[in-house]
Amino acid sequence: MDFNYQDIRKDFPILDQQVNKRPWVYFDNAATTQRPLPVVEKIREFSLQTNANIHRGTHAHAIRTTEAYENARDIVRDFLHAKEREEIIFTHGTTESINLVARSFCEKFLSEGDEIIVTEMEHHANIVPWQMACERHHASLKVLPFADNGTLKTELLESLISDRTKILAVAHVSNTLGTVNPIKEIIRIAHSHNIPVLVDGAQSAPHTTIDVQDLDCDFFAFSGHKIYGPTGIGVLYGKRSWLDAMPPFLGGGEMIDRVTFEKTTYNELPHKFEAGTPHYVGAIAMGSAIQYIENIGIDKIASYEHQLLNYATDQMKALKNLKIFGESPEKTGVICFQLDQIHPFDLGTLLDQLGIAVRTGRLCADPVMDHFGVTAMTRASFTFYNTIEEIDSFVAALKRIRLMF
Amino acid sequence: MNIEDTQQAIIADFSVYDDWMDKYTYLIELGNELEPIDASYKIDQNLIRGCQSRVWLQQKLEGELLIFEAESDALIVKGLVALLLKVFSGRTPQEILDAEPYFIDEIGLRQHLSPTRSNGLMAMVKQIKLYALAYKQIASQKK
Repeated sequence: MDFNYQDIRKDFPILDQQVNKRPWVYFDNAATTQRPLPVVEKIREFSLQTNANIHRGTHAHAIRTTEAYENARDIVRDFLHAKEREEIIFTHGTTESINLVARSFCEKFLSEGDEIIVTEMEHHANIVPWQMACERHHASLKVLPFADNGTLKTELLESLISDRTKILAVAHVSNTLGTVNPIKEIIRIAHSHNIPVLVDGAQSAPHTTIDVQDLDCDFFAFSGHKIYGPTGIGVLYGKRSWLDAMPPFLGGGEMIDRVTFEKTTYNELPHKFEAGTPHYVGAIAMGSAIQYIENIGIDKIASYEHQLLNYATDQMKALKNLKIFGESPEKTGVICFQLDQIHPFDLGTLLDQLGIAVRTGRLCADPVMDHFGVTAMTRASFTFYNTIEEIDSFVAALKRIRLMF
Repeated sequence: MNIEDTQQAIIADFSVYDDWMDKYTYLIELGNELEPIDASYKIDQNLIRGCQSRVWLQQKLEGELLIFEAESDALIVKGLVALLLKVFSGRTPQEILDAEPYFIDEIGLRQHLSPTRSNGLMAMVKQIKLYALAYKQIASQKK
């Protein structure tokens, strides 16, 4: 294996601990990832040495912080392969990024009777903001379904598109099914009807190379805490032409050009969409997180994670009466499953007793639960600091737990 | 047995299990033994929704005593529901209002009753108390 996870795990001291007197196995990476030492160090260094508000002062630390913040923007621009740095907006996370577009884009471009397309496998964060926009503008939501194996029925997309379709929002990778969606194809189809596309990249950015110019997506959103950075920081990429045309989202400091009581003019991109003091320490630390995974190599990470996924899938499928939800040929390290008739809450509780952290419940994806006619699922999600040995412990735990029922 | 004695009896029952696995096996057994509630009561009106698991709670008044029946789709939760029913069902509204289910803490399962744990148990206790309060008020109006 061309991947030394032992060295890598040293960068994540949090992993080296016991839970319920057993070595902790963290398989809830699709919910949030752990932060490597360079990220922790960056937050510490900033808090102890450099803190000052950005873009406002003439003093040394204000200048240093501003430079570091804008440098983080450049890191994100390179990471996403965006054309211009002004197309990178810092937000609180994927949820705010999507809400920003659903609010500002729709205010300008959505009218009564118009339509928005989402897919059946979206996280609630990529459904609810669009529903709210539809309610505000008396528009309607159309849904592209997925097949039982977890792949989108892309062949139905043309039939959902009408001359009233104003935007399409789709997850790059599903947070429940793990499916890597054919977004390039989806974007091509949407663009042939002049429909812009927002890609929810929360689950893809940590695991695959992202090239927004190659994808030709109009918007791309992801979160810092799912990519080994801090919580409370995220990114919205938007093509300049759209961002220029959209009205501001939040009003406040930083986003203005000139304020009088009669009229306010707005600042240039990207500041127009960054009202108030941003989470600049978060942005700077997220920059360190991105550099950290780029140093390892995202292709190497993806290939190792794929080995973990394949190994876990094989081991789990060897268990009788274990059903995996989502078996798309294109998948990341996310496995949602049902073991016997054991309720996910019971399974999660007992796995925790054995030191293994998984996610259980509706996974912020009620429509996916409804699709399979279940009220909850158990999800194990892996990333590059996980190991084959941990998967073995996990499968052994499943075998032990099922005997209790 | 009054509420206090019942809680003490449960604590004594659990004290023989020092291994977590035995403890949970016992809870699962209690869950399996709990009489299912009539399907006609498994309606949204009786549903206490948690993100993780669901609990249905049905009540009736027999004389001065409040009788509860409940069920959950998760077995561990159902086991805990069975214990809560032992403590709270068949009591007067005032007894219910005066009692706190401290036994859960004592048997080492406190995490299941914390407000952040969205399994519906915390909400079930709250609902039981609300019913007790409502019946108490109805009774005092009749007097």
